[in-house]
Amino acid sequence: MKNENKIQYIYGIADNALILGQRLSELCGHGPNLETDIAMTNMALDLLGQTRSYYQYVAQLSGDGKTEDDIAFLRIERQYKNVLLVEQPNKHFGYVITRQFFYDVFHLLLLEELQNSNDETVAAIAKKGIKEVSYHQRFSSDWMKRLGDGTEESHQKVQEAVDDLWRYTDELFHMTDDDKIAVENGIGVNVATLREKYEQRIKEVFEEATLTIPETKWFQKGGKQGIHSEHMGYLLSDLQYMQRTYPNMKW
Amino acid sequence: MSEKEIKNNETEKSLSLEEIFEQRIARDEKIEPKDWMPEKYRKTHIRQISQHAHSEIIGMLPEGNWITRAPSLRRKVALLAKVQDEAGHGLYLYSACETLGISREELYEQLHTGKAKYSSIFNYPTITWADMGAIGWLVDGAAIINQVPLCSTSYGPYARAMIRVCKEESFHQRQGYEIMITLANGTPEQKEMAQDALNRWWWPSLMMLGPTDAESVHTAQSMKWKLKRKTNDELRQQFIDQTVPQAELIGLTIPDPDLKWNEEKKGYDFGAIDWDEFWQVVKGHGPCNKERMAARVNAWEKGKWVRDAAMAYAKKQEDKKLKKAI
Repeated sequence: MKNENKIQYIYGIADNALILGQRLSELCGHGPNLETDIAMTNMALDLLGQTRSYYQYVAQLSGDGKTEDDIAFLRIERQYKNVLLVEQPNKHFGYVITRQFFYDVFHLLLLEELQNSNDETVAAIAKKGIKEVSYHQRFSSDWMKRLGDGTEESHQKVQEAVDDLWRYTDELFHMTDDDKIAVENGIGVNVATLREKYEQRIKEVFEEATLTIPETKWFQKGGKQGIHSEHMGYLLSDLQYMQRTYPNMKW
Repeated sequence: MSEKEIKNNETEKSLSLEEIFEQRIARDEKIEPKDWMPEKYRKTHIRQISQHAHSEIIGMLPEGNWITRAPSLRRKVALLAKVQDEAGHGLYLYSACETLGISREELYEQLHTGKAKYSSIFNYPTITWADMGAIGWLVDGAAIINQVPLCSTSYGPYARAMIRVCKEESFHQRQGYEIMITLANGTPEQKEMAQDALNRWWWPSLMMLGPTDAESVHTAQSMKWKLKRKTNDELRQQFIDQTVPQAELIGLTIPDPDLKWNEEKKGYDFGAIDWDEFWQVVKGHGPCNKERMAARVNAWEKGKWVRDAAMAYAKKQEDKKLKKAI
């Protein structure tokens, strides 16, 4: 497997962690109460920690003197390979939790397989991440239930988020060319095979949460090819601001 | 007994309780939530501890302002963790305050209506990345000087919370200073950014240690209860003497033309503090008072449906359990 394919494969996982971590970071200090604020910041910290491990490995693989920060901050929008789901804005707490839940369930299934990767570094990062992401999934599942089966208002708000965000979940299971090469080489995970378990898990939680999966046949995709939603440019403007304004400096 | 006699009797009784209380404080014993305490002691502690808790929570905002724009992943993670620590400090302090018989909702209410104060320093804007360094170095530095003596204050829950807070604050201060070192050793633009941040944060940091002793209304009582161990002016002198060499070491200039070593007092003499500015900010007219308060109120109000949902859900679960048990 060529290094470039492997790098692209890792971006497909790591960029999700970076972008979701960035979205959660926006909320620090603005949560509905202190305990939730602290918990969401914890998840941001875990995701950004995972991002660093992946990017440090990519930097090593590319061997051209690039650093984790060059990778995080100095690519153009089309080069980020995160799914559309994770870049969706923090419209309200219902969106934050639903986005998190939809991603966490996938993320945990992915890492459980990825820990068997024959690339030792990737396997080690995945293994370490499982413990963190299990907690994320517990947190977001619990909140889906609280919001879904809480008050009438909370039910309506979280169902609204589900209706809006469900259309981004299909993309999670799309296989890119780099994914296919990574699977052939025993490095990557065939995400298409995770769908059944994913839907099962969502159903279980939704049942308790008294929420409904929308009956739509229309889904959105593009993030994995670097074709993002309009939200992404603004997110990157914040993320990249310092590195773009003050190039080639140490911080 | 006549009514008058009962009253006298009660006064005597409470006087003796007060005497016992004062003796315990003099012996450096800790006062615990269930112990008898004078009403004024309780009120003063609610005021100070809640003010401190509010400062931690409001203090998350100016630094939170830079999390999404931090210049490197390492700095982003460190800043996130730092702001999260402040939330944690808020949590310990609110909990300590609640032991005095006031609820968290009441405390928030006091903050949101402007009845309770918080440290004025957080009403200044964070306009460059270097402000993250300056806040850690100067603001946390001044906070530590204020707070270390509180680790041995008389009220047990406060003293214990402060031990944890101080440990983390000193880590934050080193982290902030390290940001300043990196900038000061960087490109001319970075050095200029660091000097500019020092220029803007220096005087507000000095003000953070409180009004001069002559103007401070609470000092005498607080010293007696060991809620304060040194006066504001003593603490300010300590902060200046500690910080000036740190600035020199990294080639930054303290923005005070009157700053001069005084061999006789073995400390620095310094220029006049603009107390008009201090009172302007305390009274709510600083650059960001309105923004800070709006951000807090907004988070609280927008979070209401979420907190309500959690309560409703918990109650439903409780009812289910009860039904099962029956």
